[in-house]
Amino acid sequence: MLSSLDRKLFRDLSHMKGQSFAIAIVIAAGVATFVNSRTLLHSLELTRSTFYERYRFADVFARVKRAPDMLVDRLQEIPGVSTVESRIVKSVTLDVPGIDEPAVGQLISLPAFRPPRLNQVYLRRGRQLEPSRDDEVLASEAFLIANNIDLGDTIGAIINGRRKELRVVGVAFSPEYVFQIKPGDMLPDPHHFGILWMDHEALSNAFDMDGAFNDIAVGLARGSPVEEVILSVDRLLEPYGGLGAFPRKDQLSNLLLESDIQGLRTTGLIAPTIFLCVAAFLLNVVLTRLTSLQREQIAALKAFGYTNLQIAWHYMKFVLLITAAGGLLGTLGGMWLAHDFTKLFLRVYQYPELVFRVQPNVAVNAMLVAGGAAVLGSFGAIALAVRLPPAEAMRPEPPARYGPTLLERIGLGRLVPNVARMVLRQLERHPIKTTFSLLAISMSVAIVVVGNFIGNSVDKVIQVQFYDVERYDLSLATVEPVSIDAIRELENLPGVYQCEPRRYVASRLRVANRSRRIGIVGLPRDAALMHLKSRTGKYVALPREGMILSKKLASVLNIRAGEKVRVETLQEKRPVADVVVVDLLDDITGLNAYMDIEALNRLMREGPQVSGAMLTANPEFLPAIYKELKETPGVASVTIRQAAIDSFRNTIAKNMLHMRMINLIFAIIIALGVVYNGARISLSERTRELATLRVIGFTRREISTILLGEIGTVTLLGIPFGLLMGYWFSWILTLFLDQEVFRFPFVIANSTYGLAAATVLAASVGSALLVRRKLDHLDLIAVLKSRE
Amino acid sequence: MASSISNWAVEQQETQDREVVFAAQGLTKTYHMGEVDVHALRGVDLELFAGEFVVLLGPSGSGKSTLLNILGGLDVPSSGTVFYRGQQLTEFDDAGLTRYRREHVGFVFQFYNLIPSLTARENVALVTDIAAHPLNPVEALRMVNLVDRQDHFPAQLSGGEQQRVAIARAVAKNPSVLLCDEPTGALDVHTGILVLEAISRINRELGTTTAVITHNAVIADMADRVISISDGKISHVHLNPNKRPASELTW
Ligand SMILES: Nc1ncnc2c1ncn2[C@@H]1O[C@H](COP(=O)(O)OP(=O)(O)OP(=O)(O)O)[C@@H](O)[C@H]1O
Ligand SMILES: [Mg+2]
Repeated sequence: MLSSLDRKLFRDLSHMKGQSFAIAIVIAAGVATFVNSRTLLHSLELTRSTFYERYRFADVFARVKRAPDMLVDRLQEIPGVSTVESRIVKSVTLDVPGIDEPAVGQLISLPAFRPPRLNQVYLRRGRQLEPSRDDEVLASEAFLIANNIDLGDTIGAIINGRRKELRVVGVAFSPEYVFQIKPGDMLPDPHHFGILWMDHEALSNAFDMDGAFNDIAVGLARGSPVEEVILSVDRLLEPYGGLGAFPRKDQLSNLLLESDIQGLRTTGLIAPTIFLCVAAFLLNVVLTRLTSLQREQIAALKAFGYTNLQIAWHYMKFVLLITAAGGLLGTLGGMWLAHDFTKLFLRVYQYPELVFRVQPNVAVNAMLVAGGAAVLGSFGAIALAVRLPPAEAMRPEPPARYGPTLLERIGLGRLVPNVARMVLRQLERHPIKTTFSLLAISMSVAIVVVGNFIGNSVDKVIQVQFYDVERYDLSLATVEPVSIDAIRELENLPGVYQCEPRRYVASRLRVANRSRRIGIVGLPRDAALMHLKSRTGKYVALPREGMILSKKLASVLNIRAGEKVRVETLQEKRPVADVVVVDLLDDITGLNAYMDIEALNRLMREGPQVSGAMLTANPEFLPAIYKELKETPGVASVTIRQAAIDSFRNTIAKNMLHMRMINLIFAIIIALGVVYNGARISLSERTRELATLRVIGFTRREISTILLGEIGTVTLLGIPFGLLMGYWFSWILTLFLDQEVFRFPFVIANSTYGLAAATVLAASVGSALLVRRKLDHLDLIAVLKSRE
Repeated sequence: MASSISNWAVEQQETQDREVVFAAQGLTKTYHMGEVDVHALRGVDLELFAGEFVVLLGPSGSGKSTLLNILGGLDVPSSGTVFYRGQQLTEFDDAGLTRYRREHVGFVFQFYNLIPSLTARENVALVTDIAAHPLNPVEALRMVNLVDRQDHFPAQLSGGEQQRVAIARAVAKNPSVLLCDEPTGALDVHTGILVLEAISRINRELGTTTAVITHNAVIADMADRVISISDGKISHVHLNPNKRPASELTW
């Protein structure tokens, strides 16, 4: 049996269903974003750790030029090492049926008759390699799908200068390549980059690596010191051309996953916080109004002997019911969002399966947090109402105290028309409420700005990276450093306009006790095909001596421009030198070091050597150039700028659009919630006044102006402030998302401001119209008859 | 039947005349309004007896409501003491006053103070929900002749009907005192009389000690005792041995 008080509760709720709904939706949005980000985070972490563990992802990785197999035993003896797997890993040019451009294949050897000890391969379809066949490969799924390759199809590969047809027999996934990105690229390009696993013997024969390996994976015993193991591994591999061991956390795929997870962790809490703050504010405003409307009812309840606690609980239940409804809706919405986002992530991540588990405790936490915010928001209003002594509550609230507004006080009163004066006085009378409404409106504007800023920033990335920095049509890397003469040959290919050399030297940069393994890029000082431009578009010139570092790398190494960095090169004669950091480059991706190619060659104590080239060409000749490159021995990889741009647009841009939509919806929810509630409350506070005005002879339009003028003023003031806030938030976001892998350039397009203002304005006008409908149906007699 | 009930009431009054329900001594109430102090009560001594019907009469602002609120445990005096059946109300804390109101007092307000979102019956049930020995809400409505309107919301009732619902609500908990602050203040003569009849019927049939505030001297004719208040003091107490039934009053 429902108690009478509970009956009142439900009647009140249904009487205020519009407002309750508006608040519930804001709460739902807060809970949904919370549940979404937590669920997503959890499922990403769980998926990753499950995959890593089950398929034995290694702890330390190292590349070496060529080391004898017997070295494995010595590596195995390093204290702390539990498992060592040696392999052959080679980059080759692929001739994929159906595309002109050459693709890059990462060939990885698999031992025969046993699974690898580390970095095992999950076979989704097809079968394992037949050890007797030397032309079979397992291939990564994304590459197969992107190129429409089926089991049994063949791919041409230039192996050690000779073309070989490789038959795909299985579809595979590996913990090493969850994020399949070609070293040096910014994003996955599954069209042009594939991982191929091949029988060890076949690969070793093809590359004359009999009895030798060029890559190792190391598994550590639990709790062993990674840094010491790395030192030992480096010491053992050095004589054989070791390129520097690195821990799991620097492994490219893992690094990218980690940076996504970190981003989610920091940004995942921002949206829920905003929504729940707005919800708390709305509940405060609505409860203040409700309890003041029901002031005499509260007094009567007290007179009958209801305790303060019972009455407070009554109103708290009102709040909690709204919160529960919002929370429930939000939880479901959050699950759905998480599911949706998971699919977005699956477009980029190569996992055999994504472990998506609904966690009841996330929902419970979300509900608790929402409940907490709701209680916090409404507590003040309820306590105030309940604490009112009954004898005082019995008499109607004293008439509101109005005063002249600021404008009038400074003597501009005569400039303000009467209606405007009523609006302004109303706003000034509730400074806190007005401020909060203003903040909430601004917040919804800011959300659109921030949401769209990411899109602007990504556009800017394309602009800067693919047009300002990389100005070539394609770039290629050679297997080994070659003489500068190779550039001449490329230049002489038909259709090639320009060709410039590039040199890449794997090195370890060290400053005091900090170090990072990176590749130093050598460029001609007057390079036309690659410009060193910062994310803000600032051009940095390459010095004759010394190097340019990414600003992020400098901060990682804790070094300033003008100071010296110890460069330990890891190739050829492995010279070590101290090099001056001449300037810093605030670039977008990765940790980079640039030098004049001549200075770099001097540092290497070598003549004019190159390890790659950049070129521009007549588009009509590109297919022929591609064909030529596919067959050129010694080319390890080819990168085509247009392909990179396309894949960028296909993956990230699509995901971006999705996020933008969601952000927009959220901003609209907040604006609707704030404006609708604001207007409903002023309507309720001023029904009598407005009815009186109508009776005196004011038109509907005039009284609408008075009522909606208030919320309109707040909206109009809130928009510019919100734009400013969006600007700051976006800027703060770039600080948060300042990662080693990627740094967002800070840029906001004018269209973003326009969209934000228009969205919130439209939402405001929409809710104002809803309230105006109520105003049009104002029953004058009823209003004036009833006692306020 | 009616006469036997009134005989019973008279006997009751005679035997219980001496049981003091309220005993107040030296009550004062001062409101501090910025610079000025408003003395709503300036030393009131008063006794109310079980089962009697008292009318409090006085001009506006004389302190009637203040006094009634203090007796009903809605307010506390600035000084002085109030005893309810031997318990000192002025010693009670907020929780104690709430319990006192819940168990013993029925209130009727000038502006009814019904909960607009609840029907007549539900408004009454609001009180019976928390009372120890309540009447059935429908029974309470029967006493004010409103059984057939029990499912109507306050907005669907006239002022007099609303006030009768408020009376039903006040008596439904079977209180030992019924305090009414200008119950007819907002009503016309005819409806006012209906309301007063309802109140006096409760007083007679249930023996509820009843105090009614009014501006209207005519109403005093139906009381056992009339206490006149002016300027925060009791100026006059008048015994009225020949009560007139409400139906005979006119104003
Ligand atoms: N909360 C308060 N704050 C300040 N002054 C008050 C307050 N309550 C009552 N008063 C003052 O105390 C005095 C007595 O008030 P009270 O309400 O008891 O009068 P009353 O006799 O009931 O008048 P009426 O017949 O108009 O209802 C009045 O002057 C009133 O202004
Ligand atoms: Mg009064």
